[in-house]
Amino acid sequence: MSGGIRGLLRSREIWIALAAAAVLVSLPWVASAYILGVLTIAYYFGVFAMSWDLLFGFANEVNFGPTFLIGSGAYAAGLLNAHGVPVWLCLLGGSAAALLGGVVLAVPALRLSGPYFGLATLVAVLLLQQAIIIFAGATGGEIGLTMNDILSADAITNYWYALGFMGVSGLILFTLSRSAVGLILQASGQDRIGASALGFNVTKHKLAAFCISAVFSGLAGAMLVFYLGTASVGTVVDVAVGVQVIIAAVLGGRRTIIGAAIGAIFLVLAGEALRPLGQLSTFVVSGIALLVILFFVDGLMGLLRRRREET
Amino acid sequence: MFAQILIDGFAISALYALGAVGFSLMFGVSGVLNLAHGATMVVAAVTAWVVAGQFAANSWLAAIAGTAAGIITAFATYFLVVRPIQRSRSVPAAEKEIFVLTGTLLWGIMIQEAVAYFYTDNPKTVRPLITGVMQIGGVRTPTNELLIAVICWAVIGLLWLLVNRSKAGKVLLAASINPRALTILGFELSRVYLMVWAIYGVLAGIAGVLLATFLGASSAQASQLTASAFSIVVLGGLGSVAGSLLAAYVVGYLETATAYLISPVYRTIPALILLVVVVYVRPRGLLGRR
Repeated sequence: MSGGIRGLLRSREIWIALAAAAVLVSLPWVASAYILGVLTIAYYFGVFAMSWDLLFGFANEVNFGPTFLIGSGAYAAGLLNAHGVPVWLCLLGGSAAALLGGVVLAVPALRLSGPYFGLATLVAVLLLQQAIIIFAGATGGEIGLTMNDILSADAITNYWYALGFMGVSGLILFTLSRSAVGLILQASGQDRIGASALGFNVTKHKLAAFCISAVFSGLAGAMLVFYLGTASVGTVVDVAVGVQVIIAAVLGGRRTIIGAAIGAIFLVLAGEALRPLGQLSTFVVSGIALLVILFFVDGLMGLLRRRREET
Repeated sequence: MFAQILIDGFAISALYALGAVGFSLMFGVSGVLNLAHGATMVVAAVTAWVVAGQFAANSWLAAIAGTAAGIITAFATYFLVVRPIQRSRSVPAAEKEIFVLTGTLLWGIMIQEAVAYFYTDNPKTVRPLITGVMQIGGVRTPTNELLIAVICWAVIGLLWLLVNRSKAGKVLLAASINPRALTILGFELSRVYLMVWAIYGVLAGIAGVLLATFLGASSAQASQLTASAFSIVVLGGLGSVAGSLLAAYVVGYLETATAYLISPVYRTIPALILLVVVVYVRPRGLLGRR
């Protein structure tokens, strides 16, 4: 794996991704507006899950609070928009806010390890949630914040935005994970002392991973609320949303980046398909995810890979 | 007002302590952070509610049924989720912890959703074990509130006796210090784990039932209950039971005082901030060993 473009072309995942991308690109001509709408949300979720996988799969840090980064980006963009800032600047502001939040959280939190890091990130989400509810005057509290602008009113345009965004983010994150930086991250995740003995600055690399994860999460969160037209605790901040992101990444196969996106799309589609079951749909989705964790440890990507190696 | 905070805070903290002690013991002995903790408590609470309501049983019988449900849920968690992951060959040893976390998290959500499906997620309140009110320091206090504090402390006391004064308890203690040496001495580690899960089930079950008689319990609260047990245990120091007790009181009083003195809206915030500060300044917690 010599990194960069050559490593990218040689890996199997990229060909699977290209085949999948071809299918997704042709969908607007066949699928209904309803399916496109569901997929649009799924793609933003895909970016959430991929950013999470960069931290967990490679840096081996369990971030229980992906929604802290997502929510910071989403609400920062929403608040800027409420003051009449144009959409593109809001998106930029959202990413910047998520980056800032990520640094504030990561600099002290990276001194911690394992469950402590997880708890610190979880508490960050709870605090953000409380702050939004307390400053209900500006944020809309539990009801949510209505956007002045939206990305587009057209389902197909929105679909292209989301698909393009997921494609570009996926490519960047995937290339990064296969590059030297990805390897160093993986090494410092698995053996911190060993990696630093080899002369790599472990903390610097982990911080960089956290920042990258934060920017993509924040931007995706901001775009999601501009698609939905509202920002609410239930859609971008709640711990349950974070849990969904984690399930998606583990379900798709950790340490693959692309698997995370597949897991997210699968999860959103499954949730939608099981909607007739009503309340039981969450039960079934969690059950499927649990079975995957117990019996197919490497997730959906692992299944794909194993089949290819057998043939 | 001051006496009110003192009394209410005491009962709430005792309940927090009981809920967190099992969680802490589990981590100390077997290294498992059970994120289905809140769901286990909710199952116990709802079972007590069902037995009390549908079979018109008295509160004590309902409480026993609830505790039994807690034990069954704990064993189900162990046999269906935790043990398969621990024994799995395809999960790398370094990643067992995160797999147990994710697995129990999903399992907890499944339990929560199943309870919500069959019995809705409305809060369930079980009739108090004892009715009536008492005057303590000029504050009208339900006798049940006192009874809850007494039961919590009695159970914690029994646990202390079990761990420190019985042979089985010493095996538990040894397992938390050096499981390998224990195996070499000829003790079956899997039996130690069975015992821990049984004790854990009893503790979580009783805590769930008492919660239902005091504040009411709903399936929607499951993750919040897990989060509060997790933060109390981390605040006190992972694996330190005494630390968990101390932390339960700190959190309980902080929340009660905030609710009475400032506003119930801000109830959980000071405790969360304290937790963040402690985790950053002293990651091993108030009384943690490592």
